[in-house]
Amino acid sequence: MHRPRYLVLFALSLMALAGCPRNAVKPTADAGAGGTGETVQSTGADAAGTQAAGVGTEGVGSAGGGSSAPAASRIIYFDFDSSEIRSEFTAALGEHARALTQNAAVRVRLEGHTDERGSPEYNIGLGERRAQAVRRALMLQGAADAQLSTVSYGEERAAVIGQAEEAWAQNRRVEIVYLN
Amino acid sequence: MTRTRRRWLLALLWCAGAAGALQPWRAAHAVLQIDITQGVTDPVPVAVVPFARAVPADGGFDVAAVVQRDLEESGRFRAMARRDMLSQPARAGDVQGALWRAAGNDYVVVGRVSSGAGGALLVEFDLVNVLTGQRLGGQRIAASAVTLRNAAHRVADFVYEKILGTRGAFATRIAYVAVDGQPPSRHFQLIVADADGENARVVLDSRQPIMSPAWSADGEWLAYVSFENRVSAVYVQRVRTGERRQVSARVGVNGAPAFSPDGTRLALTLSGSTGNLDIYVLALASQQLTRITSNPAIDTEPAWTPDGRGLYFTSDRAGGPQIYRVELADVARVQRVSFGTAYNARPRLSADGRWLAFVTREDGRFRIAVQDLGSGAVRSLSGGSLDESPSFAPNDATLIYATHEGGRAALATVSLDGLVSQRLKAERGDIREPVWGPFVP
Repeated sequence: MHRPRYLVLFALSLMALAGCPRNAVKPTADAGAGGTGETVQSTGADAAGTQAAGVGTEGVGSAGGGSSAPAASRIIYFDFDSSEIRSEFTAALGEHARALTQNAAVRVRLEGHTDERGSPEYNIGLGERRAQAVRRALMLQGAADAQLSTVSYGEERAAVIGQAEEAWAQNRRVEIVYLN
Repeated sequence: MTRTRRRWLLALLWCAGAAGALQPWRAAHAVLQIDITQGVTDPVPVAVVPFARAVPADGGFDVAAVVQRDLEESGRFRAMARRDMLSQPARAGDVQGALWRAAGNDYVVVGRVSSGAGGALLVEFDLVNVLTGQRLGGQRIAASAVTLRNAAHRVADFVYEKILGTRGAFATRIAYVAVDGQPPSRHFQLIVADADGENARVVLDSRQPIMSPAWSADGEWLAYVSFENRVSAVYVQRVRTGERRQVSARVGVNGAPAFSPDGTRLALTLSGSTGNLDIYVLALASQQLTRITSNPAIDTEPAWTPDGRGLYFTSDRAGGPQIYRVELADVARVQRVSFGTAYNARPRLSADGRWLAFVTREDGRFRIAVQDLGSGAVRSLSGGSLDESPSFAPNDATLIYATHEGGRAALATVSLDGLVSQRLKAERGDIREPVWGPFVP
């Protein structure tokens, strides 16, 4: 495993460079998932010279596609306060369903998102509802339950920053992420 | 009356620039700017006289300046400028009441810092009513160079309570989430700071979203949601040490944690694989999970009643989101609490259990409202269009919430009576999801 060693080296070099107290940099979790190499670090608020540090490479880009991904749009957009799939996305979802039924080994993660308006945790619920709507649509066309997982990011991972409908419309979405 | 004071605070200190150089996405420091956007029309005039110093043991720290700033930023006091002070007494007996009264003051705070063995410091102060000549009291606060700022907040707490009759909340802390960078490479930090925004520390740092920080009643723990594994999980973290524990990483949504008043349980939202959000209570020691709601709608954002017997929560079981209350002893007893507008979410109770704060939508604008749970009367407290995440100060006098200013997410406070408001803005990036910590001994 290269990552933990890299982390330790990083922490040591940070201490050496910065002259921080040893307890100031305290990695608690190497949380990479899907090989994205993400790291999160927690730190005590009362430690002298406290700094939390994290290292990591870029995460998977939005609506990332694995080798099994079809050419169809991997982003499904929604109307305000709605989890109904608009007819313009029927064909794209059909292609994704075909990719899933043709190869039972294909796995996708459905990532639900909302715009920034309203309460963050309630928006997690709305994002999940959208992800589930896409999941049901894919299953109706033959995809297997085991091929599909959902996650809701609510308003936390906007695709576009902005406080107007133009940005909000691009943020109300489900991204279909091919994991292989 | 509107007055604006600008103050730039060094919010995040880094040991050295080297750390930043290794991680270009990380700010070398972030700065919080506080503006008082509205104060009361008749603030109490007070003079906070510079405290006698213990040089060099006090490290040059100006206790009186912090006391004065706390009182002014509460919007309830008007402080005399130091340059106008003709004398600088350090004890009540040396305060010539007539002179201070003639200068327009009702109250004078005097004090001194003295040093003892091993770096120990003692902060002593007196509060004098110069209209009556009466000494209203004072305290002796043991401190060290490190805790001197906290001691100053405690002086302000005492003065605030003696004069206004409400406990001050200056010596408390807030937590919030800072977000920086452009999509899809945003950077998330969970930050704990003094209530005035100073002394900010990053307690969690991640490339993936961090949400919904919640304090334990003793101020020792924060619960929060982290997406560091690409999916949501709930963690509890000891604020002092950074030690943390994952308490829920079930399939689907793990969200909206809230510590019970006694700290033994965590209310939270889970969805399972079906994506149906319901509210559960997790016993932290035994990990035993109890389901509280069972409804096909979104049920989330639980908030404990102060007695720990019930939960307020958001549900869209009637169509749009509204606030409900459930009794833990009889979870079939669910009562709708909010009416009026089509969108009411994210309930938070005042410590005295009398007020319910929440997010409401009026004419397409999201604002903070409070409802008097006795009478049912609702009033809007904020004037933004994207306001969310209200949280009461532990003295119930003020709420902190998330807002937008100049295209960025910022924090704001508003007094429960609506008379005083403040903005807290980061130098760059967004700050959101503020939550006010409890009183600590």
